[in-house]
Amino acid sequence: MNDMTPEREDRVANLKGMGCARKRVEDARFTQGKGNYIDDLKLPGMLHGDFVRSPYAHARVLSIDTEAALALPGVIAVLTAKDLEPLNLHWMPTLAGDKQMVLADGKVLFQGQEVAFVVATDRYVAADAVELVEVEYEDLPVIVDPFESLKSDIVLREDLAGQTSGAHGPRKHHNHIFTWEVGDKDTTEAVIDDAEVVAEESMYYHRTHPCPLEPCGAVASMDKVNGKLTIHGTFQAPHVVRTVASLLSGIEEHNIRVISPDIGGGFGNKVGVYPGYVCSIVASIVTGKPVKWIEDRMENLMSTAFARDYWMKGRISATKDGKITGLHCHVTADHGAFDACADPTKFPAGFMNICTGSYDIPTAYLAVDGVYTNKAPGGVSYRCSFRVTEAVYFIERMIEVLAIELNMDAAELRRINFIRKDQFPYQSALGWEYDSGDYHTAWDKALKAVDYEGLRREQADRVAAFRRGETRTLMGIGLSFFTEIVGAGPVKNCDILGMGMFDSCEVRIHPTGSAIARLGTISQGQGHATTFAQILATEIGIPADSITIEEGDTDTAPYGLGTYGSRSTPVAGAATAMAGRKIRAKAQMIAAYLLEVHDDDVEFDVDRFVVKGAPERFKTMADIAYAAYNQAIPGVEPGLEAVSYYDPPNMTYPFGAYVCIMDIDVDTGVTDIRRFYALDDCGTRINPMVIEGQIHGGLTEALAVVLGQEIAYDDMGNVKTGTLMDFFLPTAWEVPTYETDHTVTPSPHHPIGAKGVGESPHVGGVPCFSNAVHDAFRPFGLRHSNMPHDHWRIWKTANGLGLHG
Amino acid sequence: MGKQIVKLTVNGEEHELLAEPRELLIHVLREKLNITGPHVGCETSHCGACTVDMNGRSVKSCTVFAAQADGAEITTVEGLGTPDNLHVLQEMFKEHHGLQCGFCTPGMITRAHRLLQENPNPTEEEVRFGMAGNICRCTGYQNIVKSILAAAAELNAAREAAQ
Amino acid sequence: MIPSRFEYYRPDDIRGALAVLNEHGDDARVMAGGHSLIPMMKLRMAEVPHLIDLQGIAELRGIAIDGAEISIGAMTTQHDLIAHAGLADAAPILREAALQIADPQVRYMGTVGGNVANGDPGNDMPGLMQCLDARFELVGADGTREVAARDFYEAAYMTARDDEELLTRIRFTATGAGYAYEKQKRKIGDYATAACAALISRDGDRIGSASVAMTNLSDVPVWSQAAGDALVGSTGDAAAIKAATDAALADIDPTGDNRGPVEFKKHVAGIIISRAIARALSRA
Repeated sequence: MNDMTPEREDRVANLKGMGCARKRVEDARFTQGKGNYIDDLKLPGMLHGDFVRSPYAHARVLSIDTEAALALPGVIAVLTAKDLEPLNLHWMPTLAGDKQMVLADGKVLFQGQEVAFVVATDRYVAADAVELVEVEYEDLPVIVDPFESLKSDIVLREDLAGQTSGAHGPRKHHNHIFTWEVGDKDTTEAVIDDAEVVAEESMYYHRTHPCPLEPCGAVASMDKVNGKLTIHGTFQAPHVVRTVASLLSGIEEHNIRVISPDIGGGFGNKVGVYPGYVCSIVASIVTGKPVKWIEDRMENLMSTAFARDYWMKGRISATKDGKITGLHCHVTADHGAFDACADPTKFPAGFMNICTGSYDIPTAYLAVDGVYTNKAPGGVSYRCSFRVTEAVYFIERMIEVLAIELNMDAAELRRINFIRKDQFPYQSALGWEYDSGDYHTAWDKALKAVDYEGLRREQADRVAAFRRGETRTLMGIGLSFFTEIVGAGPVKNCDILGMGMFDSCEVRIHPTGSAIARLGTISQGQGHATTFAQILATEIGIPADSITIEEGDTDTAPYGLGTYGSRSTPVAGAATAMAGRKIRAKAQMIAAYLLEVHDDDVEFDVDRFVVKGAPERFKTMADIAYAAYNQAIPGVEPGLEAVSYYDPPNMTYPFGAYVCIMDIDVDTGVTDIRRFYALDDCGTRINPMVIEGQIHGGLTEALAVVLGQEIAYDDMGNVKTGTLMDFFLPTAWEVPTYETDHTVTPSPHHPIGAKGVGESPHVGGVPCFSNAVHDAFRPFGLRHSNMPHDHWRIWKTANGLGLHG
Repeated sequence: MGKQIVKLTVNGEEHELLAEPRELLIHVLREKLNITGPHVGCETSHCGACTVDMNGRSVKSCTVFAAQADGAEITTVEGLGTPDNLHVLQEMFKEHHGLQCGFCTPGMITRAHRLLQENPNPTEEEVRFGMAGNICRCTGYQNIVKSILAAAAELNAAREAAQ
Repeated sequence: MIPSRFEYYRPDDIRGALAVLNEHGDDARVMAGGHSLIPMMKLRMAEVPHLIDLQGIAELRGIAIDGAEISIGAMTTQHDLIAHAGLADAAPILREAALQIADPQVRYMGTVGGNVANGDPGNDMPGLMQCLDARFELVGADGTREVAARDFYEAAYMTARDDEELLTRIRFTATGAGYAYEKQKRKIGDYATAACAALISRDGDRIGSASVAMTNLSDVPVWSQAAGDALVGSTGDAAAIKAATDAALADIDPTGDNRGPVEFKKHVAGIIISRAIARALSRA
């Protein structure tokens, strides 16, 4: 070998490709305060929009008087539904096949609903003008409980009166939205009725909110001279926004450019289309000036994108020795005033049918009833694939309840029911094909790491000490084993508003051997600019540091469905690898030509093509890139670029095993997380540093949801948790140090075997923290208590168990 | 209730501008001076995304009126380092993956800067307590704490070497 | 969240502040650190046409320790309290309590005067000042008067201070008693679910003096004479702590909120009071 050729391992290291803890390229700008978030954008002549919102949860709007507001100097316009109606924009379609008021049309259906949109020269004037808009309401009876809603004579959605069928089939009542059924009802019920052991439980997964630190916002700019509409905004799916904007406005899609700048966290909040976006677009069209709309925190928590709010009732059956035979689940889903859930079209309850979890359950049935109430619309997937935290919480609680019923250790019950490694690909009773897994190995590794047996002994000692009156602190060992379903998804069954859920990557190699790749996704902190370059570096042999990743501009990026549901790596990551392989295929032809051998006589070696058997004869990718642009190669087009639209053949199924050790003060309800161990298997690991960061963050969001974070309403439909005083976002002080671990079971169908990881810790974390609370009280007879497990609810549990003497 | 002249020294540069008294410091910095590092997160002084250093104290600039800040000396994340010479905290946040979406980062770093001025050698617990006025939704804080402890160690080593 | 317009004043002496207060009456309000008032103004729940910023008044600053006599200017921040070494020696309960208020940034701005004067039942300093038997100096057009912290609070946001008066200084006598400020809250930045300040000194093997006060367990801070009485003369054994706790509980009247219903708050209050007393005793 040529002495000048660096060692292979040095060349691999130089690429900073897959598997290395590459430092993030995004961080230079963020650490210097040079991020480019939506509210940083200032355009010449820009106006500011602000909403008049309903103080009532249910009321008729009798009149709206905008005169005083319009008289305020600096106020340009005040839009109401009447102004939007001629454009047919006073209502808009939702992602779930329903429609939603953009501005109150005759009545309001939730507190905080948008009633009028004030446009002014600056945000202070706009805020003053909001106070001057006089709205006369006649309040109506409020329904905040979905069960009551289904019995009530009050028609919430008068616009749907008489419609006995909706986007997802028949409606059973005027406040009912849909029934979604999966699985074999009759067989499941028969199996459970005849089973040796049956456990039943009802549980409420409370309403909460993704609450990214940056709220939602947009700047719409209609250039009337050129007929172009540019919409900047906090969009997790910019291309879909462009299509929707075109369909709604009638502006041809090529005349609309959507730009997602840096996004300050999404977690599902920024998937939907909100009235603020529509109003800023209309206002810009009306005024001919750019219009900015940025929601404040209260507006964010009250009006955009709640998550969960699932009332779940389960029955699970097993043999006496603990082999699960059947699972029955019914969900009453509170969707609020409009069904604006962000799910693939054919899945009105998302992937709730992953609720058989990690277990080989032969028979199962799921039914979900969606219901209207006087609460905010939304129903987004808060740091999870569609409704997967609900599903995993459900099954992981049912397992615990079954363990109590069987008087069996919950870790052992899981072990004997796991899908075995040799069963993959595994066909679940509710219709999914799990791609790969090795659950027993992961579980054993986790239990060993925490010394599970030792913990149980310590817990038994603690219980004994508690009974003797020597301590008032109990110890809970929370277990969870989760299987996620991410990477939506195959176009044959996944779409958003008709757009198949493929994703895309376009790669362009520059003459000097650096590159740019553009994707249909958009990072909100996940580090795409870092990790996608790593995938490409390994695939095409150009150092990651020489590859720019660009997303979020629909004028330049290929069409994609965006980033949510941990779909970026499974779908766009695959597209990136596939585009890279197309580049490599062409590079091989160029290399063979340059080396004067047949195409089949060269092979790829890290960063170059070498002649087989003669590694001293090679052309680096930089050589090849230059040749692609500077010389005529017979039979080969100039240039070196490729695009891939990747339609995944299946979802990917990351999994993991979590253990939480929690101490609970029985007298005050105060919890202390002593230890948290998280083992994740996300298949091939692209950047371990980024993966760990995702785990820490997802676990912390899980902790928040379990220990106190909720959107609570009073009986009048008032939001009780509208600021961060009451809406729980933990600080560094309330969060433990996590231990992370992993196994690697690649996805067999993904080009690089990666599965997606961003949401796993949330999905697995919620049942784990919650099970720790339950486990602490199990010796005293607790079966189930609803989240959030804040101080007072834990105290109530202890009190109900007679632990306060 | 007109505008008044507000004098601010921001990152060493003196500014004199007209503002309504009610204008919030965060808006003056962001809108009038184009200093967009500090962000608006919660608006009720809970999240700390708007943290700047004012007269040697970490403050939430969403809860300070422009008029109140008249005469103040202010440092934002933009004033801590330069692209060619990053502050150690900026380096360590990059090195230890102390950020994800980046929205809280300017406030975090600015607050950490003041914390290390007051306590150059903090324990992990002191870092967690001292940073409790800044919320991050992405990182779970683990790597933020790590970054700050690493920065403290670097700064201390540099101080010792200088002595 | 944008506040309404207001006229801003930054007087450099107390007289200047009083002049604006006198001129505009109810339309004027003084602001110390602003971290209670500004959020309310941003939510437009407080309308303040004339805002008097006290930061320019030098005579409102400073901590003076003269033997056991301690005087704290109203504009002293929580951070100043925490950082003041002399005060930490003389009255360590102040530091212990201040560290449990809000977060670092808020403590840099939030002042003792603002905390005691605005009458928010969630604030920690009022109960603490009642425990210390502090006096508040009030200055008005008619001169200066002192009101005991234990007599100052009338109802939520209603105090003995006249609208045209300024709370300028807090004075108390440090005792060297065992101390504790015990607070349960949901998270950093939260008000207390229940909090209790206790100061206890021994006289031989008996308790010689005891002062117990509570935060956020009524619409005003609650100093419980009966709780102190139950302790004085006892050895501070479990029975005495229980008697004192029961006495203190008889004096509170919490309301339900997002932290939990009344029943829960009363129970937690009992635990917190007992712990505060026990910890103060352990330091007595």
